[in-house]
Amino acid sequence: MCRLFCVTSDEPQSPMLALRALDVMREGHDGSGVGLFLTDLTGPFAELKDKPILSGIFTKDGLRRLNDFMNALGFWPLYRLVITTDKEPPPGTPKRDFYLIQVYEYPDGWENLDQEEKEFRLMMTRLQLRWMGEEKEDIIVFSFWPDVIMIKEVGDPLLVGEYLRLDRKELQARVIMAQGRQNTNYAINLYACHPFFIQGIATMTNGENTAFVPIREFLLSRGFPGYTGYQSDSEVFTHILHYALKKLGLKLEYYKHLITPLTDEEIKRHPNRELLRRLKLACRPLTIDGPNCVIGCLPDKTVFMVQDRKKLRPGVVGGRPGFYVLCSEMCGLDFAVPDRDKSQDFQPMHLDTVIVYPDRREVRRCSQMEPLPPLH
Amino acid sequence: MLPDGTLTPSSLGLKDLRWLIYWDKDKCALCGRCTAVCPVKAIELGVHRQRVVFSPLLDAPAKEASSGLYRVYYGIRQRTEPAHACIGCGMCAQVCPNGAILPYRNDEEDKLRFHFNQGGQPRRRGGRRNDPAPGTLDRIKFVRISMLTDPALDALRHEFELRTLLGRILPPEEELRLYREEGWTPPVREIYPLMIGGMSLGALSPTMWEGLMMGVAYLNEELGLPVRICTGEGGCPPRLLRSRFIKYVILQIASGYFGWDEIVRAIPEMKEDPCAIEIKYGQGAKPGDGGLLLWHKVNELIAAIRGVPPRVSLPSPPTHQTLYSIEESVAKMIQSLAMAWGFRVPVYPKISGTSTALAVLNNLTRNPYAAALCIDGEDGATGAAYEVSLNHMGHPIASNIRDCYLNLVKLGKQNEIPLIAAGGIGKHGNLAANAAALFMLGASAVQIGRYILQAAAGCLGSESDRCNVCNVGICPKGITSQDPRLYRRLDPEKVAERVVDVFLSFDMELKKIVAALGRSTSLPIGMSDALGIDDYHAAERLQIKYVV
Ligand code: SF4
Ligand code: SF4
Repeated sequence: MCRLFCVTSDEPQSPMLALRALDVMREGHDGSGVGLFLTDLTGPFAELKDKPILSGIFTKDGLRRLNDFMNALGFWPLYRLVITTDKEPPPGTPKRDFYLIQVYEYPDGWENLDQEEKEFRLMMTRLQLRWMGEEKEDIIVFSFWPDVIMIKEVGDPLLVGEYLRLDRKELQARVIMAQGRQNTNYAINLYACHPFFIQGIATMTNGENTAFVPIREFLLSRGFPGYTGYQSDSEVFTHILHYALKKLGLKLEYYKHLITPLTDEEIKRHPNRELLRRLKLACRPLTIDGPNCVIGCLPDKTVFMVQDRKKLRPGVVGGRPGFYVLCSEMCGLDFAVPDRDKSQDFQPMHLDTVIVYPDRREVRRCSQMEPLPPLH
Repeated sequence: MLPDGTLTPSSLGLKDLRWLIYWDKDKCALCGRCTAVCPVKAIELGVHRQRVVFSPLLDAPAKEASSGLYRVYYGIRQRTEPAHACIGCGMCAQVCPNGAILPYRNDEEDKLRFHFNQGGQPRRRGGRRNDPAPGTLDRIKFVRISMLTDPALDALRHEFELRTLLGRILPPEEELRLYREEGWTPPVREIYPLMIGGMSLGALSPTMWEGLMMGVAYLNEELGLPVRICTGEGGCPPRLLRSRFIKYVILQIASGYFGWDEIVRAIPEMKEDPCAIEIKYGQGAKPGDGGLLLWHKVNELIAAIRGVPPRVSLPSPPTHQTLYSIEESVAKMIQSLAMAWGFRVPVYPKISGTSTALAVLNNLTRNPYAAALCIDGEDGATGAAYEVSLNHMGHPIASNIRDCYLNLVKLGKQNEIPLIAAGGIGKHGNLAANAAALFMLGASAVQIGRYILQAAAGCLGSESDRCNVCNVGICPKGITSQDPRLYRRLDPEKVAERVVDVFLSFDMELKKIVAALGRSTSLPIGMSDALGIDDYHAAERLQIKYVV
């Protein structure tokens, strides 16, 4: 089972905090991989907050092809962080040419695009790069989005972090999500590594979604090119969230109603019963199943945690105003915020969504039985 | 051969028959119950004459003229004329107080089949396709078992949501738009995924029908299992139409429109809407053919409910005669029936499994009033069909449903038009496994007919051509007969009890399957990654795993 750690903090934090916390929780994950999602960045990246950042792994050829491709599109590099190292990689980690994190200036004319179009084109650029890379196995891209850095690698999380010297100042961020991976069903593939990302939305999961195939079929048939890939059954959690927020225009409170709808009896007692009944009908193919704890981050830096309908996976939230941690194991929380008020720790149950808004003042618990915010 | 010794081209001997009677002279009490109960008069009381032989050593003193002594005894004689050939129903064995009689299947290919066409009439029978080989559904295994990475669930203690939807589902964007704008949305019923398919009052006896209806009402009202039953084409008793129980009933309309006058007249007085309307265009047992209720079964009651004179055969034509194209028959008919109930009741067509099912389905996707598509595969059962249709025509249900589902996936409408599968589900007793396989291939619900007759009323029919006289009204169990002397054999209360047993145990078995696959929050429709089969081509065709 994977280990999950997410921190949201007023003070920028190093990704090594997350990796150390994963290491504390390590009993249970086999160190077969690590994924990091950083947002609300600092330093040079903060100065270029609105410009898209490309994160990925490249061979020498791949880098050349990347540059040609981006030039042709009219993207102009503004700042780059290249991680190379001459040390021997830790066991299991392949030797790579470059880990690249590069900020770009938008091509001419993109300023006038409306937001949706711009977001669509950013996503398509990432997908095209991914397809290019899959052809020649020289490019792996994780994200191409403003204020987002993603790093994924095979190997033990802490060793990988030390090997890549992730404790650099530039990489500090106010929201960090990290997953220590226990590779379960599929062959090791970096695209199968959590967190998953689409248009500013990221989620990671510990568990397995047994309703994967019908959900994948539903998403693939929506005709939206971003719903693709699916090297992991957990990737659909990210895409369902994207579908709910961007395609259906729903708020986060609705997410749990899509993936784990209430029973009919519960719906009958709910103040929004008619809306919920109809959402349950229409969104039936999005119902997830199996044990899952999902931690995610929205474009506005809100972070959240939800549980599957049976609450079969661990998950705990705690911290203090200005610094909250959502993670899969209590020991991870103890490591990251030993001095918190433990009586305020919260383990969400089968109806709960836990939300920490970007102001990080409190942990909001919302139950599926509560009234929903109005549709807009 | 007849006792008078005449040999005609179609004289058959016992060796030529499908079913043979074993009768034990020593056990027989000569009570006559077997001959009285035999639905086809295959056995008659006979007088047998036997020479008495004395052995000089044992039977001293020796009788001189022993060769001239005869003994007469009475017993059972099996008839061999095709019309009276034993059908293997085994009622004789059920009524015999001493276990002195039993039919058994002949061990060689019978010759009887060449003589079923007497009078130039090919054989017509009830029942289901006589194919004892395990079908594709029986060979599908569930291979994706939850264990360590995703713990299996507990079928006994966890909560399961195994309902399904009947009705047109809108895409989520559309549903939300109409919610905001308070627009009309199609009616949708949340029901149990195992339904009792269309078997009319007329095809079934009044006691059988009553038993099924009572069982369904009990399941709904006492056990909270929203099971639905379809009337078949034959109308519905007026009192049921005007009762609150009609909401558990799917009214069927077929090309003979039998009973529809009564239904239409009742609409203003209906307390509740029916669950749905099923428009029958075809059935799996005799694809491309209409319905047929033979005159034997059209008594006064049936004639009154159907609005026809008694004792005439009631054929429904193969097509709806006033409609000549798919647009007309599907679109127009669905719309007019939806309109009859103020667009509050889902209306869907039922067709035979056929390679043209996709054309019908594509047509439905463009019709906003189409609530579902029911497909009845080749193993479906019937009240009366030509044997050639029953045994040799039609499309297997597994690949038909799979094709339709994948077609919907391609269109992005897999949630929008529920597919209902029927035709031989549970034919070999594996009801829950067959149903679960069909859900995972893409069906939203399954219908059973023959299975429930076998399980709830002890129908004797089997896949090796046992019994199958449902069409001529002499059902020895009283299930498909309109003769009070026969249908009084069936206690409707007991049938209802068995219906409840069947559904409750199905529910548990279904949970045992889905729990092990880690599914509980919704019916695993389209979960094809769980399925495997040991036939490479079947695996390719159904797009499931090939496992050996
Ligand atoms: S098995 Fe049925 S048909 Fe055959 S003799 Fe017995 S009662 Fe008659
Ligand atoms: S028992 Fe009745 S319903 Fe069953 S096969 Fe025989 S005649 Fe048909």
